Amino acid sequence: MTRYFTEDHEWIDVDGDSATVGITQYAQGQLGDIVFAEVPAAGATLKKGGDAAVVESVKAASDVYAPVSGTVIDSNAALEGDPALVNSDPEGEGWFFKLTLSDISELNSLMDAAAYKAFVDGL
Amino acid sequence: MNSIKQSGWKPEMGGVGESVPATYTGNKALMLEEALIFEIGTTETTGVDLADAPQVATRLGNLERHSDIGLPGLSEPETVRHYTRLSRQNYAIDLGFFPLGSCTMKHNPRLNEKVARMAGFADVHPLQPVETVQGALAVINELAVWLIQLTGMYGVAMTPKAGAHGELCGILCIKAALEARGDPRSVILVPESAHGTNPATAAFAGFLVENIPATSEGRVDLAVLKARLGPDVAGVMITNPNTCGLFERDMRAISDAVHAAGGYVYCDGANFNAIVGRVRPGDLGIDAMHINLHKTFSTPHGGGGPGSGPVVLSQALSPYGPLPFTERHADGNYTLVEEETAGERHPRSFGRMTAFHGQMGMFTRALAYIMSHGANGLRQVAEDAVLNANYILRSLEDVLEAPFAHSGPCMHEALFNDNGLAEGFSTLDIAKGLIDEGYHPMTVYFPLVVHGAMLIEPTETESKATLDQFIGALGRVAERAKAGDPSLKSAPHHAPRRRLDETQAARKPVLVWREPEQAVAAE
Repeated sequence: MTRYFTEDHEWIDVDGDSATVGITQYAQGQLGDIVFAEVPAAGATLKKGGDAAVVESVKAASDVYAPVSGTVIDSNAALEGDPALVNSDPEGEGWFFKLTLSDISELNSLMDAAAYKAFVDGL
Repeated sequence: MNSIKQSGWKPEMGGVGESVPATYTGNKALMLEEALIFEIGTTETTGVDLADAPQVATRLGNLERHSDIGLPGLSEPETVRHYTRLSRQNYAIDLGFFPLGSCTMKHNPRLNEKVARMAGFADVHPLQPVETVQGALAVINELAVWLIQLTGMYGVAMTPKAGAHGELCGILCIKAALEARGDPRSVILVPESAHGTNPATAAFAGFLVENIPATSEGRVDLAVLKARLGPDVAGVMITNPNTCGLFERDMRAISDAVHAAGGYVYCDGANFNAIVGRVRPGDLGIDAMHINLHKTFSTPHGGGGPGSGPVVLSQALSPYGPLPFTERHADGNYTLVEEETAGERHPRSFGRMTAFHGQMGMFTRALAYIMSHGANGLRQVAEDAVLNANYILRSLEDVLEAPFAHSGPCMHEALFNDNGLAEGFSTLDIAKGLIDEGYHPMTVYFPLVVHGAMLIEPTETESKATLDQFIGALGRVAERAKAGDPSLKSAPHHAPRRRLDETQAARKPVLVWREPEQAVAAE
């Protein structure tokens, strides 16, 4: 399992050709208390960089983008009743959706943990 | 700083810092506590004496109601007091300075109200025969002529009922124009500095939305925009002046590039109040722009609306504008062009957005505002709005960080961020502190491109004394946030309610009143 990051503060855990996506610790800290999360339905087709989910905090509503292209196979139903999971455990229990990758080479454009840390430190 | 507050209070009168005893009622003198109407009224009492309903045969079958519906009964004075007390807990432009950025909470002149209440305007009905409402049609037509003149555009659709409705009108015109030339396109480009309704409008009209980033100056990145243009781009939606309070200096170049690529330019004109009388959007190559009469032209909004969002159109888009519209004839009479008559007069209209002719009550107010100011007066409106915003920007930039202060003068609103606040303190704390000072807070956390944004729009109708007092108050609250004053974290202290739990309010809103025992059972 390898974890990658995007400049839009999504993380993606890749295992073979399937992956789990969420938003990072940094992102939840910037958003503040999250009050609503809308996740894509299984079967939805996502395009890299396109809208995949919506997260709404007391400050603002934001889009969560698809880090890579693929087809959604599962989404985190727990977020509907308890969106605070994104605050308490953004990179674990607060995951958004799982997908099957359609083009594994797209991962090459993402950051690893060290590169993402440097990116966030520079903000 | 003038130490005499506008309320007449002076420091030597004292009263600050004394411990305040609780009252028996919970009231604070004229600041009255007020319960929900369900809590003060009972179903056993009633304020009216109605005759028994006649016994009639119903055809409702088992849908007939047999139980009470549980409405509280109050006497007329109790009812009047309830709603009057609630209204006193509201904050309004008629009570104090309302610095909401992006909302243009300017004074609503009483002359507008006087004109709108004239029987010939207030009592007309949209289904009256046109020969009996010639004056009302003349008002719509006259206002349309003014809007075209002020914007340098070719035509105007008067019917859209608010800013976002106007956006939809403009985008539907663009869609119709593209379809008419057999060139359907799928993408609308929206810069980061645009209003949030812009991408929503484009998506609602069936377009894909792509974001264009801002430069470090807070303006549209022209190079990125140009690089993205192509045969799939229907147009751009650009807010000018933008949500960072800056004029898009490259507007003409943007329009030229979009037109060269076969697209159209939509301008969100919500901030037209900053440039009215100074800049004509038609000269900047804009194809469609909505005008918020409830902002630039001083008609009421923010609970007192309704809004009104006429859309001015270029020569290229005018043929596609919505029905109906007024037409003035050589003999001085007015008619309406509607579906029955559009066949020859306006055959390519994309259709109708409203049942009738638009927000008539707002048209009379806006025209009263325009005619009482005149062309030079409107120009001064823009100049004073910009002057006031720059006064706030420069007066507070030593206390709060102004991210685009280096970009030159701002337009009608001043923008600050939350850099330099003490650890654990945020824009929200400053907003809550301002409530204690007696102000409705400014717009916070918008625009999204600025961290912890505070957007302040003073408008032209505030005096220097009002601005000075606000600058003093905000400056002091900001200093407390920078010094980490713990009492600011629990502000407001003087409002009818202390700090509310916004997270719980959003996550578990209680939207329906229930009898206390039912409410417990529902937990």
